Amino acid sequence: MLNYIWSGIVLLSVVCSIFLGNGEKLSAAIVDSGAQTIQLLLTLAGVMTLWSGIMKIAQESGLTALFAKFFSPLLHPLFPRLDKDSDAFGSITMNITANLLGLGNTATPLGLKAMRELSVMNGHSDTASDEMIVFVVMNTASLQLIPTMLGSLRQSYGSNSPFEILIPVWICSACALSVALTIAVGLNKRKRRL
Amino acid sequence: MELVMPVFACVIVLFGLIRRVRVLDVFMTGAKEGIRTLYNIAPTIIGLMFAVSLLKSSGAVDVICSLIAPAAQKLGFPPEIVPMAMLRPVSGSGATALLLSVFTDCGPDSFAGRVASVLAGSSETTFYATAMYFGSVNIKNTRHTLPAALAADFTALVMSAATVKMFFY
Repeated sequence: MLNYIWSGIVLLSVVCSIFLGNGEKLSAAIVDSGAQTIQLLLTLAGVMTLWSGIMKIAQESGLTALFAKFFSPLLHPLFPRLDKDSDAFGSITMNITANLLGLGNTATPLGLKAMRELSVMNGHSDTASDEMIVFVVMNTASLQLIPTMLGSLRQSYGSNSPFEILIPVWICSACALSVALTIAVGLNKRKRRL
Repeated sequence: MELVMPVFACVIVLFGLIRRVRVLDVFMTGAKEGIRTLYNIAPTIIGLMFAVSLLKSSGAVDVICSLIAPAAQKLGFPPEIVPMAMLRPVSGSGATALLLSVFTDCGPDSFAGRVASVLAGSSETTFYATAMYFGSVNIKNTRHTLPAALAADFTALVMSAATVKMFFY
């Protein structure tokens, strides 16, 4: 999909610049964009390296596991058919906790493991089970307690108060997640009644 | 609010010390992973930033914005972040690139910069995550996953502008 978006953008820009007479600006942009992007990547490199390092400490010290224990009872009502001690539910809790702490690199393998375990319970069917839908929907909504990357990037671009957006982010995420879960759980229930 | 990041980092390091983790060694392992992630997404970002800078300098972005502006205005949405909002469900690194270009053009503390920040913090790369998770276990029929996930993205979009207005203006 990105292939079409990307080539579409490039073609549209060239056509537009011809019609609008911005050819000169366009050539300048072609030359400059590479250097500017490298600068941007350097900013991103600093931020990502630092937080990946710190969050690795959270993981190794068992802080993530501690959080997971706390969230497990809150998450169980969303997966009523799973056993609380099952591997599938364990992986789900760890994945959601890793997402909450902003451990993207850790969350993905745990999520894939959870999907494998759910697939076994689902008899390797090619149709998604109710639990899979709820789980994937939770992963497509952003759940992050402290958006460290976002805050760091705002700071490095000269924000006076990089975390002033924290509470709006929480409200927004909570709304988006509630909408997603309401639809997912609601439609799951409707199917079961049919 | 300025203390959020330093306190968060300190709590983690302290907890690591209490649990007798070799904090610096572990930090370096994690940092290496961070660099590797950046290395992996760098080509995507360079490619997309190239496309975006073409879009801006050719004047195409002004044309698109003037087309979308009336609708965006009705939702109270800054037109500058329309490209980012459109790319967000498809590409995470692409959306980051566009977020930073909003920061460069308008500043992180501008209305557009704040809405872009909130949107970036409250939405995910829906199509990518769905394809990855379902693809990994050969699910063909995803039933109502995408409608539910896209409804969440749309909610985040509308709410990002609404919450920023509520909190700052």
